[in-house]
Amino acid sequence: MNLFLDAIAWLFSPERLEGANALPVRIGEHLYYTFVSLLVSAVIAIPLGYYIGHTRKGREVAVALSGAARALPSLGLLTVMALLLGPARADVAAIIVFVVLGVPSVLAGAYAGVQSVDPKTVDAARAMGMTEWQILMKVEIPIGLPLLIGGLRSAALQIVATATLAAYVGLGGLGIYIFTAIPLRQYDVMLGAALVIVALALLLDALFAVLERLATPRGVLAAKHRNISARPNRARETVEPSRA
Amino acid sequence: MFTATTSSARPKRLALSAIALSAVLGIAGCSQSNPLEPRPGATGDGETIVVGSQAYYSNEIIAELYAQVLENAGFTVERRYQIGQRDAYWPALENGEVDVFPEYTGNLLQFLDPDSSGTDPDTVYQQLTDALPDGLTALDRADAQDADSYNVTQEFSDEHDVTSLADLAGVDVPIILGGNPELAERPYGPDGLLETYGVEVSFTAIGDSGGPLTKAALESGEITMGDVYSADPDIATSGFVTLDDPEGLFLAQNVVPIVSQDLADQIADLLNEVNALLTTDELIRLNGLSTTEQQSSKQIAEDWLRDNNLID
Amino acid sequence: MNWLWNNLDLVLELSVEHLRLSLPPIILGFIVSVPLGWLAYRYKLTRGLVLTLAGLLYTIPSLALFVLLPPLLGISFLSELNVLIALTIYAVALMTRSVADGLASVDPIVRESATAVGYSPWRRFFSVELPLAGPVLLAGLRVVAVSTVSLVTVGVFVGVRSLGFLFTNGLQRGIIVEIVTGIVMTVVIALILDGLLVLLGRLVLPWTRLDARARRRIPVTTAVPA
Repeated sequence: MNLFLDAIAWLFSPERLEGANALPVRIGEHLYYTFVSLLVSAVIAIPLGYYIGHTRKGREVAVALSGAARALPSLGLLTVMALLLGPARADVAAIIVFVVLGVPSVLAGAYAGVQSVDPKTVDAARAMGMTEWQILMKVEIPIGLPLLIGGLRSAALQIVATATLAAYVGLGGLGIYIFTAIPLRQYDVMLGAALVIVALALLLDALFAVLERLATPRGVLAAKHRNISARPNRARETVEPSRA
Repeated sequence: MFTATTSSARPKRLALSAIALSAVLGIAGCSQSNPLEPRPGATGDGETIVVGSQAYYSNEIIAELYAQVLENAGFTVERRYQIGQRDAYWPALENGEVDVFPEYTGNLLQFLDPDSSGTDPDTVYQQLTDALPDGLTALDRADAQDADSYNVTQEFSDEHDVTSLADLAGVDVPIILGGNPELAERPYGPDGLLETYGVEVSFTAIGDSGGPLTKAALESGEITMGDVYSADPDIATSGFVTLDDPEGLFLAQNVVPIVSQDLADQIADLLNEVNALLTTDELIRLNGLSTTEQQSSKQIAEDWLRDNNLID
Repeated sequence: MNWLWNNLDLVLELSVEHLRLSLPPIILGFIVSVPLGWLAYRYKLTRGLVLTLAGLLYTIPSLALFVLLPPLLGISFLSELNVLIALTIYAVALMTRSVADGLASVDPIVRESATAVGYSPWRRFFSVELPLAGPVLLAGLRVVAVSTVSLVTVGVFVGVRSLGFLFTNGLQRGIIVEIVTGIVMTVVIALILDGLLVLLGRLVLPWTRLDARARRRIPVTTAVPA
């Protein structure tokens, strides 16, 4: 418990607001890497995911590639990218690594969202004379939105935790406190910094939870409940992204 | 919907899964014996000698030199290399988890006694032997030094006429110091520069221990001054200027083996022979074999010891 | 490529070490998460509590957890126990949800049938519910395995030797081949474990091969932290 008190004392010490190593600066860097990486992941993965979801083509390839991407150790990727791109472009290296981390989740959220739409609903839309584009935009995307946001949520949590490693290649962020404190065995600093990262993760999680709820069309919410009672195997439930 | 298993097929499958499971558990079971757990009384009496090294490739080479002469003399050696930095491995030395460790006199002295005053090799070594806790002893120091050193590019040195840390006070551009994250808190870090030389610097943390990222950052101007270890062969090949340290901000950093007291008598002669031949130039050459030739510490150590007739 | 030929034995040694460090957290994580997952599945009250706690644990950066466990648990800073416990915590955090989801995927009619033919709750859980939750559990376990193998590398910062050593050492020496070898071997180990789990699944859950729909039940999005 004493360690916790020390960590809190470290966190709220006035020194945390001073100089280039101030806490707000490091939080800003940490969130910057998180958001930019999430944005790039989304730009890459959402169109791809919608294509896979709508055409039902390439899902196996996407699953296999996502699995391999998850097996890639972020630390190794970060060191090799930083070496290849050089310290001046270390930020690009880090963002590439975080994007590799984020893309599988967003991709899965995007295609699972589109695929979660009942084929009968899609057929009905087609029968009404909607074009494929209209089906995607007006039916599949809105209904799949909560699952997509779930994927983004999962990606955000992974990236915010992994952004800790950015400090290893000279990029700052909240990891800098931990990397400084390890050789010096300053446990209060390590714990204090870890608490801030966890707090950021929880904030992001809460933000996406709210978005997820807002994004669920009311009709779908109602239908979902009916669905569950009508189809006890709850196939849809288990497709929902398991959250970090 | 799922009851496809027939009763005859089941035992076979169960047996197969049992075999698979026990294989997995068997491998997992190996982890029960943890070599880094404290083993009281593990030293001496023909027991294994544990040689450790820092998470620094050059330190591992020196550790390997020690390990191989010990093995050559008939000791059984267990290698625990790359176990972090001083603050992480020192407790392991103190409690006997590790028996032999290559150290650097100045940094170890500053770690044990932050108020120590000496800076030259002999004084630092003397003060270090006094500061060591019971149970640990320092064997002879080598001539070889591998110290933190502040380096600038040749262009910067020429342009601002800087060859010494003292010259930095007159430089009118902001100075960015780059080095391992913990340098920010070290006595010879930004605070020490300000105190000793009146030089104000900002700090950028790069975690590769003066490795290629730090050196590239120096070349590209991301940082003005980099903390690169003085036995790094790249200092010469990259044309960096190591700034003189007239006020002794950095302490002498001679290579010295720290060993368990109860082993010292048995192994002192062996390790002292190695240290007697290890000069800074030799260390730079050995480091170059690691970074440029990409040789393993084992091979580098073996070749060097053989060339110097220290092993047969 | 010089480096690789000079260090084949090191690569092999570190790969074995890496595998040895990866297995206990996966197995322990599975064992611990079954009762926790059941708690999360069975009672509404504990569901929120258990899953929130698991989610919370998962957001702790691995590096921070590795260095914080020694003072919190009073174990040696150098002990690889730190890394084993930390990775088991992550495995539990991931797996608990899979167990809860898996149990929820069991058809209530089957559950009721088991009760009707006289299964005790205990026996029903182990011989009906848990096997039927198998496909979802397996999917979760595969994610745990891959994520654990990847996370072991971060242990290098607290002195635990694994393939992660090749990353920090390769960076110091500026040897790209060394780092890439570390990455490749980490992925290879992850894929081998993943393949073994799939194989194990076929042996233990033979009916899933007949049920192509089971594939759909695999949780598609999962997280791997630093």
